[in-house]
Amino acid sequence: MENKPLIGQPLSRLEGYEKVTGNAQYAAEYNIPDLLYGYVVNSTITKGKILSVDVSDVLALQGVVKIFTHENRPSLAWFDLQYADMDAPPGTVFKPLSDNIIRYNGQPIALIVAEDLETARYASTLIKFVYEEETFNTILSQNLDKAREPKIGMSTPLKPPPPKPTGNFEQAYASAEFKTEAKYRHGTEHHNPLELFATTTIYEGDGKLTIYDKTQGTINNQLYVANVFGLKYKNVRVLAPYVGGAFGSGLRPQYQLFLCVLASLELKRNVRVTLERKQMFSFGHRPQVIQSLRFGADNSGKVTAMNHNAVGETSAYEDYNEILVPWSHKLYPAANTLFEYKLAPLDLATPIDMRAPGGVSGMHAIECIMDELAYKLNMDPLDFRLNNYSEIDPSTQKPFTSKELKQCYKKGAEKFGWHMRNPKPASTKKGNRLVGWGMATGIWDAYQFPARAEVILTKEGRLEVHNATTDIGTGTMTVMTQIAADEFGISVDEVSFFYGDSKKPFSMFQGGSAITASTGTAIVAVIRELKKKIIKKIKDSPNSPFKEIPEDQIVFRNSGLSVKKQPDLFITFQELIKANKGKEFKAAKLAGPDLLKLRKFSKATHSASFVEVEVDKDLGTITVTRAVTAVAAGKIINPKTARSQILGSMIWGISKALHEETLIDPNLGKYMNANLGEYHIPVHADIPEMEVIFAEENDGLINELGVKGVGEIGMTAIPAAIANAVFHATGKRINDLPIHFDKLMGHHGY
Amino acid sequence: MENNSSILTSLTINSKDYKLELLPWVSLLDTLRERLNLTGTKKGCDHGQCGACTVLCDGKRILSCLTLAVTKNGSDITTIEGVADGKELHPLQKAFIEHDAFQCGYCTPGQICSAIGMLREGKATTREDVKELMSGNLCRCGANSGIIDAIMQVKEGIDHE
Ligand code: FES
Ligand code: FES
Repeated sequence: MENKPLIGQPLSRLEGYEKVTGNAQYAAEYNIPDLLYGYVVNSTITKGKILSVDVSDVLALQGVVKIFTHENRPSLAWFDLQYADMDAPPGTVFKPLSDNIIRYNGQPIALIVAEDLETARYASTLIKFVYEEETFNTILSQNLDKAREPKIGMSTPLKPPPPKPTGNFEQAYASAEFKTEAKYRHGTEHHNPLELFATTTIYEGDGKLTIYDKTQGTINNQLYVANVFGLKYKNVRVLAPYVGGAFGSGLRPQYQLFLCVLASLELKRNVRVTLERKQMFSFGHRPQVIQSLRFGADNSGKVTAMNHNAVGETSAYEDYNEILVPWSHKLYPAANTLFEYKLAPLDLATPIDMRAPGGVSGMHAIECIMDELAYKLNMDPLDFRLNNYSEIDPSTQKPFTSKELKQCYKKGAEKFGWHMRNPKPASTKKGNRLVGWGMATGIWDAYQFPARAEVILTKEGRLEVHNATTDIGTGTMTVMTQIAADEFGISVDEVSFFYGDSKKPFSMFQGGSAITASTGTAIVAVIRELKKKIIKKIKDSPNSPFKEIPEDQIVFRNSGLSVKKQPDLFITFQELIKANKGKEFKAAKLAGPDLLKLRKFSKATHSASFVEVEVDKDLGTITVTRAVTAVAAGKIINPKTARSQILGSMIWGISKALHEETLIDPNLGKYMNANLGEYHIPVHADIPEMEVIFAEENDGLINELGVKGVGEIGMTAIPAAIANAVFHATGKRINDLPIHFDKLMGHHGY
Repeated sequence: MENNSSILTSLTINSKDYKLELLPWVSLLDTLRERLNLTGTKKGCDHGQCGACTVLCDGKRILSCLTLAVTKNGSDITTIEGVADGKELHPLQKAFIEHDAFQCGYCTPGQICSAIGMLREGKATTREDVKELMSGNLCRCGANSGIIDAIMQVKEGIDHE
C-alpha cells in the first residue's frame, strides 16, 4: 500500500492528547524539589529615581529568603551589547535592577524570594520605596512635536526605513481628479497570551542552569542568559516545550527570566518567577500610532498619488520600529508616492512586535482610505481594487514569486455574496439594526530565516528530527512532522520531532510567520542529505539489490527503499539498519533562503476579507455577524491547523477593530485597565460565523516547499473591512480604533 | 500572615482522598498547582476574569482562583487530570482534538471543565446559548469556533440519547 502524501492532509495536532488531559507542562509547571518562589515588585511612579528602599518589614517576615534591588544586585555584564538579544532594537537595552532610574510605570525594581508563593506575594506589599518624581510624557498625540527619524541598528535590515519617494507626490495629488485625506489613530494593545510569563530555573551547580521559560526563541534566551551572567553557552539550556501563546511578546527575553536566573545563581537554588496578569502590562506592547494619508485618483479610477505618514511611539531608551507605511505600494501601482515614518520617544516600556506588527495598523489606514476613494469615484470598492491590481510589485518593479490575490478577491466575494451589495450607506436595515458590508485587502511579507536541522534514522527504523524552534500554538510540531514524514516516505507515527530546546540545532525565534518556511525547508534539505547517504551506503554494500539501480530511480516510500518502476524491489528501514550492522544513519544541515535567486523577485502573502456588521440604531453597539477571509499563502501543509491560524487572526482583527485597547491615564502615566476584566478581548458570544478559503497558489520559487506562512496574514485585512462595513451601515467613518459605540454616537472621529 | 496556624482540610480530588494542612489564604488553584502538582488547572489571571482555572466542585464548575481551599473541606473536586476514564478520553476531549479547538492549549483544561459543568446545568438549548454560557472562558488564541463546534457535537450526542 502506498503512503498518501502527508503534505496537505488536515491532521489533528499530534500533541492534542497532552493538551486536553492537562499533561502538557508550561514554564511555571515544573515542580522540582526545594523550589523557591520569586515575586516581582514594580515601580508605582512613571519617571524619576529611587531615593531609598526600606526592606526591614520584609526581612522580618518568616519565609522570606532574599530581596534583590538595585542596591544589592551583583555586578554583571555592563556592556549593553551583552544584553542585546536577537530582536533588540537600536538603543540601550533595559537592564533590570542595574540602577535607581525609573524609566516607566511598572518597571521591575525588586525581586522578593521566599519559601512559598503566598509569602513572596505578601512580602511585596511591605517593601517601601521613596522616589523622586519627574514630569513625564506618555500620550503620543500630545507629543507629536518630538517625532524624529528612527535610529539605525542591528535590526534595521529586517525593518528597513520607508522607500524613497517616487514621481512627484505633491504635484500629482494637487492635480488629481479625485482625492481624499484622513488621519487614523491606534491606541496601545498588550499581547496578553493566556499563560502568564514565567521562568523556572533549575540550579545544576558549577555555573550550570536548566531553564524552563516562556519564550518564542529558546536559543535567543540561552545566548542572553549566558552573555549577561557570564556563563558558558553549553551550560545554559533553555526549554520551552509548551508555550501558552505569545503573539510576539516572547520574541525578546522578558524580565522575569533575568530575575529568576539572578536569584538562582546567587542563592544556588531552584527558583520560579511567575508574573501576575497586571504585570503582563509591564513590558512590550503594540505602540500607539498616528497615521496621515492622502490618496489621489484619476477619472479612470486609477490611483495616481499615495502619501502615507506615520508616527509611532517608542521608549526613551530604545527605538522600536514597525513597517507601517510602504504596504500600499506593494499593492497599487501609483506613479507618485511619498512615505514617511517617525518615532516619538515616550516614558513607557519599549514596544515589541505584536501579531502582524506594522502591517495590520498600516493596512487599516490604507484600506480605509481606498474605500473612501472608491466612494468618491462612485465605484464598487472591490472593482476599485481590481482596477488598480498589479501583477508585479510596483515598489520594486519585480515580479512576485507568486500572487494569487485576484483569486482571493473572487472566491471571497463569491462566498460572501458581495455582488448583492447595495452600495448606498445606511440603506440596509434589519429591525432596529443597520447592516453594513465592507471589504479590504491584506498583505504580509513571506520571511525565511536560516535554520539548521538534524535527522537520525534510528536503530528501530524510526526518524528523529531535531530543531530548536518552539510551537507557540501554531501547529509547528504537527506540520514539521508531516513535512519530515512526507519527504522520507515514512508514516507520521514513526517520526519524532524534538523541539523547544536550545540544545537542538539553530532556529531563529518564532515570529513573522517564518518558521514553516525556515525550519520546514531545513528539514527537507537535511532529509535529502540523509537519503543521499543511505543510497550511497546501500549501493556500496556487497550483494546489494540496488547496486545497478541509478541513484535517481531509488525512492523512499512506505517506510523503506524501493525503485521507481519496480515496486517489488523493496527493503524496509529496519532491514536497511540491519544491513548497516545495526547502526543508525545521521545527517545535519543548515538551510536558508536562496538569496541569489530571490533577489530578482518580490515576495508576499495576500488576503481579502469580507465582513458584515450590524449596528444598533439607538445604542451604536456594533456586532460582526459574518466574516470571510480568502488567503493566498503558497502551499498549505496542514489545512486544519492553518485554518485555525487564520480564524485566530481574524478574531484578533475583530478585537483590534472593536474591542481591545490599553488606556493610559495621562496624569499618572500608567495603564488603567491592566486586567482581563477591563482589557476586552472577544469572548465566545462575540464570535461571528467565519469562513476561511485558501487560494491555490503554486510557488516554485520561494523555497523547496512553496510555503509562505499563515500566522499573521489573516489579521491584516479585517480591521479595515470592519471599519468600511461600519461606514456602509451608518454612513460614518470612524478612524480611531477600537470603534466603540460612543465614538459612533458622538461621531467625534479623530 | 501574622497568624500562621494551618487548617486541616480534606479534599477528594479525582477520586483520591487528600488530607492537607493549609493556611487559610491559599487558593484552591495554588493548592492544586503548587502543592499537589496537579498543574493541568491553569492560572491565567488569578482574578476570576479568564476561566482558565475552572474545575468541577461537587459537579459544579467553579473558579479555583477565587476559592480558598479551606472553604471546600469535604468537597469532591474533579480537575482536567480526572476527566478521562483512564486512557479513554472524555467525549469532549476527543471532540476538542477533532475540531482543533485549541492552539496553545492553555485555556483548554478550563474550557473542557467549564463545558462539562455547563452541559450538566442543562440551560443551553441553542448554539447561541452555548456561546453565551461559555463566555466566562477566554481563549486568546482565537480557537473559539472550534471550541463551540466541539461542545455542540457532544451536546447533540447527549440530546440524541
Ligand atoms: S485564573 Fe481563575 S479566572 Fe483566571
Ligand atoms: S488555545 Fe491558547 S488560549 Fe485558548
